[in-house]
Amino acid sequence: MRSSVAVVLSVVLVAGCRLAADPPPGSAPGSEAGERSITAVSYGGSYARACVKGYHESFTEETGVRVDLADFQGGLAQVRAQVEAGVVHWDVVDLSVAETVNGCDEGVLELIDPSILPTGPGGELPEDDFLPEMNTECGVGNLLFSSIFAYNREILTGPPPTRLADFFDLERFPGRRGVRRSPEAILEMALMADGVPKERVYDVLSTPEGLERVFRKLDTIKDQVVWWDTSAQAPQLLADGEVVMTTAANGRIFNAQVLEKQPFVIVWDGQVLNRGQLAIVAGTPRLDDAIRFVRHAARAESMAGVGRYIAYSPARYSAERLIDRHFETGTEMWPHMPTNPANMKNYLMTDWRWWADHGDEMLERFTAWLAR
Amino acid sequence: MTSRESSSVSQPVPRPLWRRALGPRLRAAGLALPLVAFVSVTFLGPMLSLLTKSFHDPEVADALPETMAALRGWDGQETPPDEAFAAVAREFVAARTERNLGRTANRVNRVASGMRSVIMGSSREMVEAQAAAEAAGAATDGAFWRETMIAIDTRWGGPEPWRALEAAGQRFTARHYLKALDFERGPDGGYVRAPEVWRIYVPLFWRTFLVSLGVTLLCLVIGYPVAHMIANSPPKRANVLLLLVLLPFWTSLLVRTTSWIVLLQNQGIVNDFLVAIGLIGDDGRIAMIYNMTGTFVAMTHVLLPFLVLPLYSVMRAIPPAYMNAAVSLGATPFQALRRVYWPQTLPGVGAGCLLTFILAIGYYITPALVGGQSGQLISNMIAYHVQTSLNWGLAAALAALLLGGVTLLYVVYDRLVGIDRIGLG
Repeated sequence: MRSSVAVVLSVVLVAGCRLAADPPPGSAPGSEAGERSITAVSYGGSYARACVKGYHESFTEETGVRVDLADFQGGLAQVRAQVEAGVVHWDVVDLSVAETVNGCDEGVLELIDPSILPTGPGGELPEDDFLPEMNTECGVGNLLFSSIFAYNREILTGPPPTRLADFFDLERFPGRRGVRRSPEAILEMALMADGVPKERVYDVLSTPEGLERVFRKLDTIKDQVVWWDTSAQAPQLLADGEVVMTTAANGRIFNAQVLEKQPFVIVWDGQVLNRGQLAIVAGTPRLDDAIRFVRHAARAESMAGVGRYIAYSPARYSAERLIDRHFETGTEMWPHMPTNPANMKNYLMTDWRWWADHGDEMLERFTAWLAR
Repeated sequence: MTSRESSSVSQPVPRPLWRRALGPRLRAAGLALPLVAFVSVTFLGPMLSLLTKSFHDPEVADALPETMAALRGWDGQETPPDEAFAAVAREFVAARTERNLGRTANRVNRVASGMRSVIMGSSREMVEAQAAAEAAGAATDGAFWRETMIAIDTRWGGPEPWRALEAAGQRFTARHYLKALDFERGPDGGYVRAPEVWRIYVPLFWRTFLVSLGVTLLCLVIGYPVAHMIANSPPKRANVLLLLVLLPFWTSLLVRTTSWIVLLQNQGIVNDFLVAIGLIGDDGRIAMIYNMTGTFVAMTHVLLPFLVLPLYSVMRAIPPAYMNAAVSLGATPFQALRRVYWPQTLPGVGAGCLLTFILAIGYYITPALVGGQSGQLISNMIAYHVQTSLNWGLAAALAALLLGGVTLLYVVYDRLVGIDRIGLG
């Protein structure tokens, strides 16, 4: 009897010691004891795949820290909810600059010391090597992506659309349009298509009359719009023939073109460029690993890794030089990149300051307009 | 229960008897305790705490206590006294340094759109102004801040931002309910209807009500003959038919809803079939999903069992002899149905319709998946405010109005029809 009590006691003690010796639990249920992991959150589909191949795998190889993927559709809502509830299970999140700046102001993202940024492969200093305005207090730039519109050549057989205004021209190009269910980019596109010069887009958007004008323009196509939520839906709608053209993130259309041989064409006229960043959720118990992960992602090699799988432009000049061909199909990448001068004849750079200040308002107004 | 009570009235009973009966009664009630505890903890508690959020919003009041105190005596005209400027500056700079001003700014922004940028933009420069003043050894009193803040953003020289701060700082507020009813505070403090572009909730409540009514009627029209057929089939066939009703009932709601997408979409089976038989051209495919049609079709399908089952159990209890008697006494089949059968099924019709209607009015997954934009209901808006905009106060106000509406309907039904006339067989 006594010996069995001793056995039980020693088992409990040993288990207790093991638990105490384990690293802080960063692990999903079912992971082996001692294995560390962080959760990286991005937009899923072909972009998430590019990130896994581009730098998640090499990060795990180097550090032994596993990277779990989670999907979301952008926005700060879930981050805010996790921080307010005090249950943080996301660590690193892919966000746009406007979102990181807001999240930083609200204290739901960690400040990132710029001195952690690695130098380039040729010793380039980060402050010279990153493209302008790529990094902010809480966000480290990783890429530039573009909102464009694309059409299916097999469905739209007549004369092809070539200008942004064609997206809003139901007379010459009848048929349903896919648009992301979000005010981002489509407000700018509607104004530019309505003839507002791109330099004045945000000035006009800041006035009540300008907002009226945007929604009047959007009213003209509202009946014909299929709203999509996840980035992967855009190429799907186009492939299914549910829509004749759709707004999309340029990389998604590129992947459908090269990997699935879809007859899609991107119209670069009026493309809306935006900066993507990585940010760390405030209060994560895995802060050290999250910082290591962001530091790893900020290397030129990591950015080039993503750029060899999906057509998003890297945030560093030194990474641009490392990108040549698509890793799986051998397609030349640069003709498909949003920052290729050939694609930048008429582009708009998203004003993150404007969106940081007006984003919530625009979302509210947009939702009100949609529900009517 | 009633018979025992009436008997206790008829004969004089010594008083202690009900006391003696109290013990067993309490013990019997004790059996329900786990259920009561479970419902309170998992349902009533969270529901009440969420509903309180619709009128209780202490966040800004807690974040800016000095500002609220300084604004208390202000008459709302022109600008508040200097101490309000000093208090706001102190609290903005402190919150900015601790990085939690953004949350306060978001709350104030819900009261007056545009306040977020006023607060975040000004506070950024206010931190710098404070540092500069301290370096120069200048005083940072109310007069200093009045001048500095108006220099940073001229709007601080008018009453609007101060009114917004004051309104957002009220711990108890009716503004969520106002917004949920498409009203807002007018410039003179009265209540006026919101500008037309912002009026969305009242039309959505109407749409929800009408769609639920429509779906309930559709279910009744489709379900009544089905229930009648099952109730009057020989047992073996009735079992098979009942299984056909129950099978979708057991299948996941998501599976059933997404199946409709496969069937009804533009390149879906129904459209393909119509094109193949030449009824419509390839370019004339009918939009049957991602609109109101999709919502109606999918919701009717999902809710049908809730109407068929109560109807069936009531119909099964009606002896076929009544109908036979009616016909043999000279009634036409239609007369017999209308005057003999239909009245007897009313308890089932009432139960089924009430159940279907109440379920329909709170539906949100199905409309979210197949409703497109025109097929969204009020619950989708509640979900949006809970999950995306995180405006839980407004979500709670909308939910409270919905709950109130359903309760009202229930009471009206009770008055008109009598809730005890509902029968489940």
